[in-house]
Amino acid sequence: MTDDKIRVGVDIGGTFTDVALDHPGGMATAKVLTNYAEPEQAILDGIVKAADRAGVALGDIHQVIHGTTLVTNALIERRGAKLAFITTEGFRDVVEMRSENRFEQYDLNLELPKPLVPRKDRFTVNERMSAEGDVLLALDPADVAAVVARVLAGGYDAVAVGFLHAYANPAHEQAVEAALRAAAPELSISISSVISPQMREFERFNTVIANAYVQPQVATYLDRLVARLGAEGVGAPVFMMHSGGGLISVETASREPVRLLESGPAGGAIFAADFAKAHGLDKVLSFDMGGTTAKICLIEDGTPKTANTFEVARTYRFKKGSGMPVSTPVVEMVEIGAGGGSIAHVDSMGQIRVGPQSAASEPGPACYQRGGEEPTVSDSNLILGRLDPDNFAGGAIPLSPALSEQALVTRICDATGLDPRDAAFGVTEMVDENMANAARVHTVENGRDIEAFTMIAFGGGAPLHACRLCEKLGIETLIIPPGAGVGSAIGFLKAPFSYEASKGIFQRLDQFDPDTVNAALTALEDEARAFVRAGAGDAETTTRLTAYMRYSGQGYEIPVVLPYRTFTAEDGDTIGAAFEAAYRRLFGRVIDGLAVEITNWSLVVASVLPDVASAGRHLTGLPIDTARERRFYDAALREMVTAAEVDREALTPGAVVHGPAVVVERNTSTIVTSAYTVTGQGDGSLLLQRKAAAMREVAA
Amino acid sequence: MTRAIDYQIMWNRLIAVVEEQATTLIRTAFSTSVREAGDLSAGLFDVRGRMMAQAVTGTPGHVNAMAESVTHFVREIGRQNIFEGDVFITNDPWLGTGHLHDITVVSPTFRDGRHIGFFACTAHVVDIGGRGFGPDGNEVFEEGLQIPIMKFAERGEVDRTLVAMIRANTREPDPVIGDIYSLAACNEAGDRRLQDMMGEFRIDDLEGLSDFIMETSRDATLKCIAALPDGDYSNDMQVDGYDVPVHMAVRLSVQGTALKADFAGTSGPSRFGVNVPMVYTRAYACYGLKCAVAPEVPNNTGSLEPFEITAPDGCILAARRPAPVSTRHVLGHLVPDVVLGALHKCLPKTVPAEGASALWNIQISARPTDPDSGLANREVLMFNSGGTGARPKTDGLSATAFPSGVSTMSVEATEHVGPIVVWRKDLREGSGGAGEFRGGLGQTIEIEPRRGYDFYFNAMFDRIRNPARGRNGGASGRAGSVALSDGTQLAGKGRQKVPNGSRLVLGLPGGGGYGAPQDRPRAHVRADLDAGYITEDQASTDYGLSGDETHD
Repeated sequence: MTDDKIRVGVDIGGTFTDVALDHPGGMATAKVLTNYAEPEQAILDGIVKAADRAGVALGDIHQVIHGTTLVTNALIERRGAKLAFITTEGFRDVVEMRSENRFEQYDLNLELPKPLVPRKDRFTVNERMSAEGDVLLALDPADVAAVVARVLAGGYDAVAVGFLHAYANPAHEQAVEAALRAAAPELSISISSVISPQMREFERFNTVIANAYVQPQVATYLDRLVARLGAEGVGAPVFMMHSGGGLISVETASREPVRLLESGPAGGAIFAADFAKAHGLDKVLSFDMGGTTAKICLIEDGTPKTANTFEVARTYRFKKGSGMPVSTPVVEMVEIGAGGGSIAHVDSMGQIRVGPQSAASEPGPACYQRGGEEPTVSDSNLILGRLDPDNFAGGAIPLSPALSEQALVTRICDATGLDPRDAAFGVTEMVDENMANAARVHTVENGRDIEAFTMIAFGGGAPLHACRLCEKLGIETLIIPPGAGVGSAIGFLKAPFSYEASKGIFQRLDQFDPDTVNAALTALEDEARAFVRAGAGDAETTTRLTAYMRYSGQGYEIPVVLPYRTFTAEDGDTIGAAFEAAYRRLFGRVIDGLAVEITNWSLVVASVLPDVASAGRHLTGLPIDTARERRFYDAALREMVTAAEVDREALTPGAVVHGPAVVVERNTSTIVTSAYTVTGQGDGSLLLQRKAAAMREVAA
Repeated sequence: MTRAIDYQIMWNRLIAVVEEQATTLIRTAFSTSVREAGDLSAGLFDVRGRMMAQAVTGTPGHVNAMAESVTHFVREIGRQNIFEGDVFITNDPWLGTGHLHDITVVSPTFRDGRHIGFFACTAHVVDIGGRGFGPDGNEVFEEGLQIPIMKFAERGEVDRTLVAMIRANTREPDPVIGDIYSLAACNEAGDRRLQDMMGEFRIDDLEGLSDFIMETSRDATLKCIAALPDGDYSNDMQVDGYDVPVHMAVRLSVQGTALKADFAGTSGPSRFGVNVPMVYTRAYACYGLKCAVAPEVPNNTGSLEPFEITAPDGCILAARRPAPVSTRHVLGHLVPDVVLGALHKCLPKTVPAEGASALWNIQISARPTDPDSGLANREVLMFNSGGTGARPKTDGLSATAFPSGVSTMSVEATEHVGPIVVWRKDLREGSGGAGEFRGGLGQTIEIEPRRGYDFYFNAMFDRIRNPARGRNGGASGRAGSVALSDGTQLAGKGRQKVPNGSRLVLGLPGGGGYGAPQDRPRAHVRADLDAGYITEDQASTDYGLSGDETHD
């Protein structure tokens, strides 16, 4: 990736399959409809289209990098393998009992998500490890033989195995796997000590089950994809984007498909991270807003923040706790049910509420004239002059302000007594509040001050809302990169080969045992390095070691990044000091007199990326002539303002327009509020700066 | 300026502000029940002491309780003594949230030197001295340190004497003092956001916004109450209590927009710590009613005031000082069942059947069998839930908390905390009450001390002699049980021992069924049998499934 080799990124989303082809002449992109029956057909169509545009032969493509939402969809839509789960006797119902709480306190008719494996397909064997990994109850071969026989008789396509404390000692899981393998060599088998070797049984069992559930179909799909691409002349190797923001081989992805769940959004975060590096920004908040949801991610020093647990397939208004927890490395995102299609209504208190229900693309917002009758965020943007009725999606979809107004009147105005413009303002302001609140809570949870961040916004809806969001959050600088419509696919091309290996080892720091830790870390490094070598060959690599630590008695660990080296007994103190520094950074203080413990270690090996070229940053420049005018509603001023309308192409590097302004491009518009100024950048981005801030930066 | 819209936006923002306040507390607290189970609350009050917004946390028990507490602080401290930088504190069960383990911290907030309101929060601390968390005390004095309403800090200066007093009176001084600082810090976090918002919307006080919130919420709640048919509706329920059964009685009266619940006829006080201060009874009664009548309206003084809850002074649900109240949550959690039973007569096809309701919390004290072994004492706290009652159109939820909203902890994490082995924690087959809609299943838990240890546990379990009753022809859920693995039956309340080599076996109660079992579709009965939710015996006896029908 350091030379002129041609690489192509492919992102399969719910509606579109996006392709980005990086070639010596630049970046060629293509967008085609996702083909659910044959996803590889859409990929091929997209690649052919992009290659045509670039004037590149299919055979010259050097690498294909792929990410897909299909794995997530299989979980959400419950289209997976006929699956059996084998677990420790006494723990058959861990995945059904979940956390024993209700994620919505006031709903008497609440339904909890059903486990992927129903109770009749969950089997147990007598065995038990202790918390330290010692055998408390040995596995009985006869017991194993009996459960293997039951699984075979059940005609299952796949089996997941999850035993208590298997992260500490995998021997029993391995023995059951071997017995299954011997009896049925073709059977798909996933074991928890391989897929997610972390403490906490509900999360680990659920992760191994999710993996087994999608494994057969993902493996089949990837086989088919590679064969099809080869047959059509794309002989290049295929690599997969994983949730943690790096690349793995197709073979690894076939065995551990649960690592692919968040591949699309991870690509978006990498896309933003690349611009953060090009603009020399060390604190960035990425904001991706589409038709149905918005996603927010923290990017520091060019690296998106990662976590080791997340939740997929939330079933109840995106509420925390209403989905399935999955413990694999992931780029950490906050997802909000807020997009252009989000539907507004008035609740029983006469208050305007927005989302998470969405009009999606069918029937779409009322203004699409496709039969939608509910007022949406897009309808409100249209009424407020932020969307141009004649230039939406490049003019392909003519918008009807009359229908938007009608929807607002029937659903909002009649119930609240507001006029349509105030109602539309209420809708957009409420959705911006929801996003701003989520962003604020996320930065607080990470012990950060949001005002120190720069926002990088992409996705169809983001340019309309990002500037107002920055006003609400006190953010002074906003970047709208080019190519934002296929951001994830471009992001795939900027990702390193990487693999995160982790292991749960529970130790109190005052009893720090360097030998155990060193041995485990060596094993983790070997494991991770092998995966990276499969894609990156002997390329230069970096390692990042993280210990998950807490005060004894606390329930949540915090990640503590440590130097990767061979530890000695004295390192208990240095690790303790690193923990205190990290704790102080997050919570503002440390607590004396409490023991500290480590629960989990993780090691990331990643290939080194080439330096990102500087963006050609222009903080100021010459105002350009803007003859066209347009009126839109400025939320901070609570009034319609007359704004300059300018084409995005006109904002050449250093060209300046003072807000209020609307920057128009084929697929979307960027709203520059009265408080901001927009400046064209060398890399084609738009830089929006708060007026006072723009003055300050120039003065400095 | 479009004020009505601005108020809506600010109200929405305030709810985010108090959620942020609560999040700050959850992340920094030491108490297991705060972090893992969400046993906390956080809210904003106007200068008059009206609660404007409260975070939705795991504990409805704190809702109304905290709403009342700020007015007590104002009265005790005196308005003339409220200064910028002050932090107030109490754990008074009658003025706070019902037992000494809950510490409430109130911080007045100022803008441009003018007092504009209060942030308040409550958390359950790890230890407050006395006998520890359990029902065996006979007076509140045995249950630990009492902190009357006073200043923890004045003008930013922490009261060192108070800190020393608290440190000396708890077994866990570092985490408890740490938690008090966390409480104060979370109020500060809330205040920063509030000040940002007031700057953004250019307001100098909270009065106009507070009036808007109160009026809107009260009107919406009154409208919901007005939709109920007028009349008096009574219900009663017997539960286990500590040593003698407790009778709970309620009469709901609905008259126009007035909704009253009175607990006349309820048993007198217990000699043990299962008594409930009125503030906690009111909180849970209100929660039960609100779930069924006005679930959408956010919690604030305006939405809570229309529910008028009373009980005869001195009864077990309105305990008088100095009654012991440590485990007031047990009867408190059962209050919604009584109230909803009465509401059912007024609002049919809405409320669920009775459930296990009271959490089966267990506080385990592991002690070395040989005191000279050098092994350390360890404390373990577990939260566990039985089944909820079946609903008018769906089955009950198995092993799920209601009315409490707390979470359980991972067994793997628990086994790292203390020297115990949890051999079993799975659904208790056949424990859901039969019905057209089946009650939620309880769970079975088996716990053994590790080598070298015995353990003691404080039992605070109910529905062992009085199972959750079904509704509209549904059967009762199975009662709870507490025993040793050799079959020895243990008591449902109080401190008991599990010796090395023996296992504690808990059977958590199931929820009641809804509707006649014969009306349950045969396919559902067969599916329940396949899954093992019901036994073959139940399939035939309770549901009338014939032997031929048991298999497809």
